[in-house]
Amino acid sequence: MNQQTPKRQTIPLFEVFIRSKRGLDHRHVGSLHSEDSEQALEYARDVYLRRSEGVSIWVVRSSDITASQEKDVESFLDPMDDKPYRHATHYKLPKEVDNM
Amino acid sequence: MDTELQPALINYCIALGDDSVVLGHRLSEWCRNGPFLEEDLALTNVALDFIGRARMIYSYAAELEGKGRSEDDIAYLRDSREYHNLLINELPNGDFAFTMARQFLVDVYDMGFFTELAQSKDPMLAAIAAKAVKESRYHLRRSEDWIKRLGDGTEESHDRVQKAFKDLWGYLPEMFDVSDEEQQLVDAGIAVNRRALEENWTATVYAVMREATLDIPDDSWSISGGRDGVHTEHLGFLLTEMQVLQRNYPGQQW
Repeated sequence: MNQQTPKRQTIPLFEVFIRSKRGLDHRHVGSLHSEDSEQALEYARDVYLRRSEGVSIWVVRSSDITASQEKDVESFLDPMDDKPYRHATHYKLPKEVDNM
Repeated sequence: MDTELQPALINYCIALGDDSVVLGHRLSEWCRNGPFLEEDLALTNVALDFIGRARMIYSYAAELEGKGRSEDDIAYLRDSREYHNLLINELPNGDFAFTMARQFLVDVYDMGFFTELAQSKDPMLAAIAAKAVKESRYHLRRSEDWIKRLGDGTEESHDRVQKAFKDLWGYLPEMFDVSDEEQQLVDAGIAVNRRALEENWTATVYAVMREATLDIPDDSWSISGGRDGVHTEHLGFLLTEMQVLQRNYPGQQW
């Protein structure tokens, strides 16, 4: 008998963002599987908004997100502490603007 | 209210509650069996809406009756001959296409029915109906979407949903039958004249099915009896499972 694993159809993954109140930003809450973005909105409602957690939903295909890579953290996202002039605190303020 | 109509109103409420609890139970059978996690959750949400609806209607029936029965007594301590749900609600889930086809046909019906019932002269029924309309609008959005996806999807999904509609078609005329007792409530402005719902129902259902590239089945057969307590062989099994706890441990509470 053929012992190959059965071919599974993969359903695209979507990331879900929810705005909990008017005036606030949309925040990432998680992800879900769905055939397309319309259906993803429906599922987001069932998965993440059952207890009135929000007033607006964004969904975006996970594959459409370009993300920074973990392995690049050192060279790419290092805060560059050896370049203190990049921080506002590096600069001495004249007395006249002391309360800034 | 006219006290002469009280028994008819109680029967009416119980039949409506039966429609909801039986379909709600059927949908709950998908819990952990859904095609994928997201759809499983969505189906179970819909199941809970139907069970919640049944609870409200049964509670009202129990209150009207005034004999000390609770919503649980009504749900768990009656046999199939005492259930008055429409037959379409008790049919086994079949495959996903069958479940969604049934859901779509019922959702279109519920939208029409509860929109009308929200105008009932009975304030409690009107309030329950107003809540139900909101839920049904969402249920229909889902089931209509699925009919179009399945009908206009792959050859297999098309064939499965087409067969589902064919197998369900004979259960539809019962949805628009009005009994003599029910007619008295219609005349009193309490119940919905279901006969009058058929035209809009047909227009909506046919339009969606055509868009989904599905054929409208022939009216070659029909079956009814649910409102009279005459059921398919499937209801007994459903009730056995639904009622097992109360039958084995009478009066048991969660």
